[in-house]
Amino acid sequence: MVHHAMRTTDQRSQVGDCPTWLLKHCGVAMSQNVPAGAVVSTPDGQTIKVSDRPQTSWAKSRERLGWLMVLPSLVIVALVALYPLVESFRLSFTNARLASAREVENIGLRNYEYLWNSDTFRIAFGNTVKFTVFSVGIELVLGMVIALIINSQFKARGLVRTAILIPWAIPTVVSSRLWAYMLNDNYGVINDVLVNQLPRMFSWIPLVGDNIAGIFPDEKIAFLARPAFALPSAIAVDVWKTTPFMALLLLAGLQIIPSDVYEAAVVDGASKWKQFWQITLPLLRPAILVALIFRTLDAFRVFDVIYVMFGSKVETLTLSIFTQNALVDGDRLGRASAASVIIFLCIGVFVLIYTRLVKVEEV
Amino acid sequence: MSTVPFDRSTLPPDLPGKRRNIKLGDVVLRILFWLLVIFILIYTIFPFAWALLASIKPNADISSTPTRYLPSEIYWGNLDYVLHQRDFLYALRNSIVVSVSTVAIALVFGSLAAYALGRIKFRGRTATLYVILAMTMFPAIAILGSLFQMMRRFDLYNTIPGLVLTYMTFTLPFTVWVLANFFKAMPGELEEAALVDGSTPFQAFYKIMLPLALPGLVTTGLLAFIAAWNEFLFSLTFTNTYAARTVQPAIASFRGNTQFDEPWGSIMAAAVVVTIPLVILVLIFQRKILAGLTAGAVKG
Repeated sequence: MVHHAMRTTDQRSQVGDCPTWLLKHCGVAMSQNVPAGAVVSTPDGQTIKVSDRPQTSWAKSRERLGWLMVLPSLVIVALVALYPLVESFRLSFTNARLASAREVENIGLRNYEYLWNSDTFRIAFGNTVKFTVFSVGIELVLGMVIALIINSQFKARGLVRTAILIPWAIPTVVSSRLWAYMLNDNYGVINDVLVNQLPRMFSWIPLVGDNIAGIFPDEKIAFLARPAFALPSAIAVDVWKTTPFMALLLLAGLQIIPSDVYEAAVVDGASKWKQFWQITLPLLRPAILVALIFRTLDAFRVFDVIYVMFGSKVETLTLSIFTQNALVDGDRLGRASAASVIIFLCIGVFVLIYTRLVKVEEV
Repeated sequence: MSTVPFDRSTLPPDLPGKRRNIKLGDVVLRILFWLLVIFILIYTIFPFAWALLASIKPNADISSTPTRYLPSEIYWGNLDYVLHQRDFLYALRNSIVVSVSTVAIALVFGSLAAYALGRIKFRGRTATLYVILAMTMFPAIAILGSLFQMMRRFDLYNTIPGLVLTYMTFTLPFTVWVLANFFKAMPGELEEAALVDGSTPFQAFYKIMLPLALPGLVTTGLLAFIAAWNEFLFSLTFTNTYAARTVQPAIASFRGNTQFDEPWGSIMAAAVVVTIPLVILVLIFQRKILAGLTAGAVKG
């Protein structure tokens, strides 16, 4: 079995303890087919007897080395990720608690039944979907605009490229608190800009200025206290923080589009607008898909942004916050596990699509 | 003799007569383009600049209405308070210890695995790569409960080693995946030459390939460091005192010296202390980060 496998990966014969591909370093041309047991001569006058052992201890030891090197990482990943995952599935069918010495019983699908009937869980699910759809959607459009801009030639390109890394580098917790400060209803800078600065700026424009100034709110908005503004505020913070990442993913896709496609389009007289819709967008499809899926499975498990801004308020409750609450505050290990299994299954679908798109075989 | 009427449209497009027409539209487009660029710059830079300003504003400026944009005087009180607060300093120490150990362990084991996956053909390699790739996108929340139980059982709850161990769930697969791609892209000649000269395959790895992979190791280590430094959920859930709690939950629950209103001055000061090293690192290594960031997601 193992013998056969190695024959297929390396069917060539060997020099001493080395496979044929090493022969080229002794000056033997790789193109010539060296039969096992043959004697080849190198340009510097030496002769080498090619091993007539068809199977090599060399290849075998190399394969063993491969496994030895992978093993520590696999053990760690199995210990801290795969085993806990299996445990999560198992616990989701029990009434386990963290702090209780009581016997853990198997309660079948009762946890899932509870979640199915729970209004709070349903709200959390709805909020998570809303958050994911809107934040990823807005990030895609904004990220595309930024990617197109940094992909074009202009003087301050390096500056813009550096600037967009700043939101990405700031910890989510910090950006969440920072935006909470900026969105404050009394002295927050965003309210000041909306209510005072922008209307003043636009009123300077002759004729239309006063009309434009009129669309801004007259009074400061309590972004964080009013339920209707809570989720949108969280989305705004997430968009600010992750659009750079989206832009960079799309930029990587833009850079591999060959420029002669555009040159041909210019010859045909296609406008920039037409070029975008008929060349850029179709050719960027794979990059867009990868970016969308990557961001979707990231947004679906959102925790930090919302938890730091709103704690576990019901209008912004998400699946991850629901799960963390059930575990830490509610001490319901079984129920929390059932919720986390549901999150895992939802995200698992996206992971599957994603791994199909990224070609592993080529590595 | 008949005269052929002069037809403008037959002129090549780069003649001056035609150019002037295009330029008007071009100017409008240029202006819009630059307005967009300025908007993007303000959008990305302003919030952090605002935090920087708030960290050196007197408290009266921070909560003044109408909003005060520039500090009336430079006030170091909040930074001073934060840098002398015991809990915050403990959290800072924990964050440094946890992040550095996480990166070190992930790089040691990750580079071993990545070399094997990138350069050695062995059975099960493709399957292993799929597992690693899937793990890079693993939702941490899915194992929160069972990890919690595990930490309790092995007395790792609220300890630094426990936190480092859980941080492996997101740093190790990422490190392996990015470095495997890196090793795979390296030219094989030097390695083969070393093998011919009689080094063992493992010597070829750590004497030849590992030093050559240093740029990749730096990039990956940096990205893993940022991920560990910014982690929130595990630190919040698996610690309950400043024996192990890191800065992120510390900032999330920062209450400062007043009880009545959010102490924005000290919060922003703490936020700036935690973020500035990161921003400086990112600005210094931005080219490497740009390359590594997309390699983690797009390149197959």
